[in-house]
Amino acid sequence: MSDQIFHHAIRVITSSCKGCTHCMKRCPTQAIRIHHGKAEISGELCIDCGQCMAVCPNDAIKVEQDPFDQLEDYLVRVAIIPAVFLAQFPDTITFGEVLGALYAIGFTHIYLAETGVDILDVLEAEEGTPELPLISNFCPAVQRLTQIRFPLLVDNLSRLRPPAQVAAIFARSELAELSANPGIFYFTPCAAKIAQFKTEGSEENRLFDGIINIDTAYNLVSTYLAKHDQVQEGSFTFAMCTKQALLWSLVKGQIPSHDGRTLAVDEMHNVIEFLEILEEEEQTNLQFLELEACAEGCVGGILTVRNRFLASERLKHYSQQLPEVLDEPFVNRIRSQAEAFRENPMLPPFKATTAMGLDADRSRALYKLQKVTDILKVLPGIDCGLCGSPTCKSLAEDIARNQASLKQCVVLKLRNAQTAPSLSRIWGDKARAEDVSKDDRG
Amino acid sequence: MHQEYTVPAQDFSVAGVASSNFKRLLKQLNLPPKVIKRITVAVFEAEVNVIAHSYGGKIVCELSENTITVEVIDTGPGIPNLDLAMKEGWSTATEEILELGYGAGMGLPNIKKSCDRLSIKTQAGGHTHITMGFDLKEES
Repeated sequence: MSDQIFHHAIRVITSSCKGCTHCMKRCPTQAIRIHHGKAEISGELCIDCGQCMAVCPNDAIKVEQDPFDQLEDYLVRVAIIPAVFLAQFPDTITFGEVLGALYAIGFTHIYLAETGVDILDVLEAEEGTPELPLISNFCPAVQRLTQIRFPLLVDNLSRLRPPAQVAAIFARSELAELSANPGIFYFTPCAAKIAQFKTEGSEENRLFDGIINIDTAYNLVSTYLAKHDQVQEGSFTFAMCTKQALLWSLVKGQIPSHDGRTLAVDEMHNVIEFLEILEEEEQTNLQFLELEACAEGCVGGILTVRNRFLASERLKHYSQQLPEVLDEPFVNRIRSQAEAFRENPMLPPFKATTAMGLDADRSRALYKLQKVTDILKVLPGIDCGLCGSPTCKSLAEDIARNQASLKQCVVLKLRNAQTAPSLSRIWGDKARAEDVSKDDRG
Repeated sequence: MHQEYTVPAQDFSVAGVASSNFKRLLKQLNLPPKVIKRITVAVFEAEVNVIAHSYGGKIVCELSENTITVEVIDTGPGIPNLDLAMKEGWSTATEEILELGYGAGMGLPNIKKSCDRLSIKTQAGGHTHITMGFDLKEES
């Protein structure tokens, strides 16, 4: 997968972008630079987590969107919806009404993505013998973050298929008699899932025919419900799911499915802090880690509409009325499709990328590393971002890679005789004196 | 390329800071993950040894195309019986250090396992000077 070209779902709208540096400073993989006054995202480093979009004050970052009329290409139109989608609606709208509206706007079959959890359970799918602690692969942003920034941990990533993929395989198998070519659409709460789906050769690309952003689907359903007084309640093509499965995408949702000592960490900066530590630990007593890029889990996804805490609460409340185990007829329905999972219940192993390295050639990388250290001694170290790189260190790396010039440092530029007094007013005389002496040396 | 880190005595709260910074440096060289892991483990163990047993010291790293040499030099008081210290599970750690989760007697044995060359110069009452050599050939 290291040779695979990752697709990205996040776009900079250059007409709205002011080059303000907010996104650049927030990006967890330092994938953003300001160039000619606009933010530019590196395809090698972006993990489509959506942090840039969340922090942009100018609405200049968007998630790509496929037209809804892609449904028209198929006679059998299957929606695989995550529970998060149902949770977008207030208590006044029942889940049945949401499903009814989805059938009315064009879907012929609807499966809950979380049913995949129960399917794997019934089929007794097992992880094999991974490196411990096992890291959940459920959050695609965390998966790519690990591949790009934490190469020492790629072998810890779980290779069991995520629930939505399992639900898609199951639906395709169950509906095979009805259509050899059903259209299977996944409703996504985040950009990272779109990026996965659109990456050529990815499992998501193979298993789904299209992807629908949750905010778009929310608007379509809300519009339909607003226009119709009487909405016929719909139900899932298969069962809903068990109590435990419904909570899968929330923080700690995956924990009950794992034995031993476990840990759940949410929000990108917490995840990064934790992975840094984990990478250095030789032994931990932890068996399983649930790591989520978004606060509160998928209810905090960048494409969600409703407040994450309210959405989470609705799912927890609803789960009270769900069974602990699936009814016998449903279990039998799963077993009858077991053949569909025989081939490959597991994902291929994950590979680390080399995007964080300075050069593929070691001696050149070493030379560049020395250069970075030398340049850093000259730079002011205040990480102002005015050069277009997020930190002084990243500017030094960009210069070493021949992607930037020392001339871009605004603070160094200010440090000439005429501007010296105004500079010392800001940064003090001492700081300036130190910098000048460094300048004299180099 | 040359890189140095100072390690204070008895300050367990910073145990791992030097090895972690060095790890970040190694990642930029695109070394195979398993090599990075090996080096990080060895440097971390040595760093903890300096904090737990010495009066403070420094870690001096020398990077070249095919090898990495890490010297860990402290200011004393030296290892009285090196043969014993190399034995798995043998520890001089005090109750306090054990309570912090260190002192299992695996420091030097782990270092030995993780590096390709190891030399230890020490004497009771003097410095301890550990030199670890790592070959950067592809492993994974």
